[in-house]
Amino acid sequence: MDIKVVQLNKKFGEKLVLNNLNLTFKKGQIYCLMGASGIGKTTLLNILMGFEQQDSGELMGLKGKQIAAVFQEDRLIEHYDAIKNIKLVCGKNISENEIIHELEAVGLKDVLEKPVSLFSGGMRRRVAIVRAVLAESDLILMDEPFKGLDQDLKLRVIQYVKQKIEGKTMILVTHDRREADLLAAKVFEL
Amino acid sequence: MLKIKRKIVNKKFFYKIAAICFWLLFWEFLSRFIGQQILVASPIQVFMTLLEFFQTGDFWRTIISSSGRIILGFFLALGIGLALAILSYRYIWIKELVAPLIKVIKSIPVASFIILALIWVKGRYLSILISFLMLVPMIYTNVLQGLTLTDKKLLQMAEIFRLSLIKKIYAIYIPSVLPHFMSAISVGMGFCWKAGIAAEVIGIPKGSIGVKLYEAKLYLMTKELFAWTIVIIGISIFFERFVTWLIRKLSNSIWKGEAHGYQSRSIE
Repeated sequence: MDIKVVQLNKKFGEKLVLNNLNLTFKKGQIYCLMGASGIGKTTLLNILMGFEQQDSGELMGLKGKQIAAVFQEDRLIEHYDAIKNIKLVCGKNISENEIIHELEAVGLKDVLEKPVSLFSGGMRRRVAIVRAVLAESDLILMDEPFKGLDQDLKLRVIQYVKQKIEGKTMILVTHDRREADLLAAKVFEL
Repeated sequence: MLKIKRKIVNKKFFYKIAAICFWLLFWEFLSRFIGQQILVASPIQVFMTLLEFFQTGDFWRTIISSSGRIILGFFLALGIGLALAILSYRYIWIKELVAPLIKVIKSIPVASFIILALIWVKGRYLSILISFLMLVPMIYTNVLQGLTLTDKKLLQMAEIFRLSLIKKIYAIYIPSVLPHFMSAISVGMGFCWKAGIAAEVIGIPKGSIGVKLYEAKLYLMTKELFAWTIVIIGISIFFERFVTWLIRKLSNSIWKGEAHGYQSRSIE
């Protein structure tokens, strides 16, 4: 089922962040939300995740959907290593060896048994991305997931994500149009 | 690097020993200056009294009896304080219900509590009740604070990825609460002992440290009074270290193999 955002409004104090927003996200498609900072991209993701409530308007097609996400701040369990962080959300659906294989696919090896608190920003980002694509879900929401990755790595990770999320709906916030092009995503300018 | 670290540790140890020696000398000097053993017993005399204590069965029975009661109060407080904190975190009405009670317990002086409690319970149960009452607010407040300060963003992550309650407790709540819990225990254990012994001095249950203190004061046995005070300090420190060690061991075994205990620094 498609996800529809109908006449969505959201204010923070006096500031109107989302103004009569109407969007349709088709099942199995990739979408990029673009626009200037503070325009409401993250707010829309937060509303879709249920962390924030819209002032008015409707969200359709979200009921019963399993969501996975890459948050702006990674949100990893600091004292867990990369494998445990992923195992925590995937449970028994995936073996440790498979997780190692996936992490290696995004260029993470040799550090897998170290706690993520020791990881650099880019490494943490990749763990968060692998966690989101491996988790059981119908809808994946990503807030600037490739931020902090160098060009080569970004390309590699984007290819990985594209291949992994086939058949799932993905909504991604980005400032980089090339990311949208590489993902062959439909762009919504907010 | 290791050499420098060892040097610092050695220096710290030296200062500690030097400080203890200084205060022992000061005590000896004070005792000689006053010149009346009935007012200030000398450290040597107190040490000899302690040696005499160690050789009697009555001493060990007294320690076991008092420790048993105070430790029972301590564990009761641990269980009930934890349960109340969890319930208060979960249900706001319980938090509001408990808040005035905790405030009252916190602000009533220990002596008032002991005298009041003596009306309700027998002398031998008094130290259980008092050590319990003294520790409950500490455990409650600290654990509740740990729960309240749990990273909301991690809880949102757990919600999105549909983590079970067990996983949430294990991965998010326990690491958040543990430092607060440990600090409550570390402070609370000493407090429990002080209040428990004070309760025994007033409640005078048979064969307790409190009675020994009371008798020593009554018959002006100053060196015994000093010796029992040192015993109380020793047991209090021992139990505080033991319980902290036990919890640390338990938490380490829970997180065994989960990359726990690394220092925060970047790899790249």
